[in-house]
Amino acid sequence: MTYAFQAEGLVKRFGTTTALAGVELAARPGTVLGVLGPNGAGKTTAVRVLATLLRPDAGRATVGGFDVVRDAEQVRRRIGLTGQYASVDDDLTGTENLVLIGRLLDLRTADARTRARELLARFDLTEAAGRPARTYSGGMRRRLDLAASLVGRPDVIYLDEPTTGLDPAKRDDVWHMVRALVAEGTTVLLTTQYLEEADALADEITVMDHGRVIAHDTPADLKRVVGGQTIAARPADPARLGDVEQILATVSGHRPESPSRGVLTVPVPDDRAFTEAVRRLADAGVTMTELSLRLPSLDEVFLTLTGHGADATPTGHGAADRQEVAA
Amino acid sequence: MTATLTPPAPAVTPAAAPRRPFALVRHSLALAGRSLAKTRRTPEQLLDVTLQPVIFVVIFVYLLGGAVAGSQHAYLQFLLPAILVQTAMFASTAIGVNLNSDIKKGVFDRFRSLPIARSAPLIGAVLGDVIRFVVATLVLLGFGTALGFRLGNGILLGVAACLLVLVFSFCLSWTSVLIGMLVREPGAVQGISFLIMFPLTFGTNMMVPTDTLPGWLQAWVKLNPVTDVMAAARGLMLGGPVAVPVTHTLLWSLGLLVVFAPLAVRAYRRRT
Repeated sequence: MTYAFQAEGLVKRFGTTTALAGVELAARPGTVLGVLGPNGAGKTTAVRVLATLLRPDAGRATVGGFDVVRDAEQVRRRIGLTGQYASVDDDLTGTENLVLIGRLLDLRTADARTRARELLARFDLTEAAGRPARTYSGGMRRRLDLAASLVGRPDVIYLDEPTTGLDPAKRDDVWHMVRALVAEGTTVLLTTQYLEEADALADEITVMDHGRVIAHDTPADLKRVVGGQTIAARPADPARLGDVEQILATVSGHRPESPSRGVLTVPVPDDRAFTEAVRRLADAGVTMTELSLRLPSLDEVFLTLTGHGADATPTGHGAADRQEVAA
Repeated sequence: MTATLTPPAPAVTPAAAPRRPFALVRHSLALAGRSLAKTRRTPEQLLDVTLQPVIFVVIFVYLLGGAVAGSQHAYLQFLLPAILVQTAMFASTAIGVNLNSDIKKGVFDRFRSLPIARSAPLIGAVLGDVIRFVVATLVLLGFGTALGFRLGNGILLGVAACLLVLVFSFCLSWTSVLIGMLVREPGAVQGISFLIMFPLTFGTNMMVPTDTLPGWLQAWVKLNPVTDVMAAARGLMLGGPVAVPVTHTLLWSLGLLVVFAPLAVRAYRRRT
């Protein structure tokens, strides 16, 4: 099989710390590989090796068939990198940032300007184009950063936790852009701490922990392994908890639990049970203050796969890891 | 290592436009443009090269001039070419500090992931700093002229002196770049740079003639390349022998460049 990028047996040590202990990653052209793991799992180190920023101590990695160590220059012609911390120059304007990248990629100045204009328009930054990036909001910087990594029309894009610290609306913007890139045939490596994000975007998911790959699967199969999804429901009137309990039990075939007062949760095998629950609750005339279908959290995924929870609890998404439905 | 499949033949066309010649020059100039744009947006970065020469002239000429030379005007003539050299040298320490803090930001990751020479961001930064030398030179000559300094050798040789000092500082900058790449913290870069710059600048005949110094210090002053640079600047600006000090200055400049530029680029490559 031909891969757009492929890493085999990657090992990277920093002093006595082993950041990567034999990692395999690969994605076919035009697909999204989600790399899921907590802070310190080695996701960023793996991305930096694939982006030619770090030399592996052992193993090899190729992009478009070119070795990241021996043919680094060829690899750099084919990749775009968007880091967790936006790598744009604060003192330069949006236009200046993109034109500089274009000129470093050997575009003629006029072409670099045209390309910058196109990308600024595409990422909804035309109005801010003449302002220094220092004045941009977090979401705007992230978009400019993504635009900067697209100047050279790369075949492969690395997105290192592109939505960490963004609010849900901004996160949806990033998701939308990732889908648009893939539709154009770009291959994407996306690192994330959220199963929901990997599930929404990735064709295949590699789960990393302590520098090792602990699982690799399609999102559907991974969810099957880690226990599918959970419905959480809170009726507006606590007196109707009994009705809700009965409906949830019917659609799921399990007895609902009550993790906190007034809330019922029940595991469900797939999304269909959720639709059914929504319909039945509406038919029964129950007003809900909360009704959500939740994917397992990173902690729950790790508990299933490794027997211990994730070392670092992801922060910054809050309610984002729920698909809220008003009923 | 695991057995691998035969790497697939690269089917896709290169993402970027075909290579044009003189890539390193073009990329370095584009990155120098980045430095200039940054300086334009944050002019306070030029505060040191603007105020420092003025302060040094005032301190040396008015505080020491009377005692050392008997006449403040005669001392100004003697001192100003040397202060030009000193200002340029001090100005060249900023680049290591700036690069050291710059490199920690994501933008250098971006540069490293682009198909450009590893040296381009460093050369660009050094070239972009030329603006600092130009500002420092103009301020110093303007202030000196207002106080009564006169070029004794005509404008052209005066400009030649400024260019020679510029070339020397440009080459000396690479020591600062190297320190900036080797040391972890910007503050430490500053400290180490000044530790090196002080004996180099003040261990010269900058303020007093060499023969007034004790023997061991005379030995250092004669060995110190900056003595040659100051002698060349004085010769060109005021008159006097120029052939030997100018040749020495150019040779020293070349030597600094050839030794420290590759070391700095190597240190940059190794830094992760």
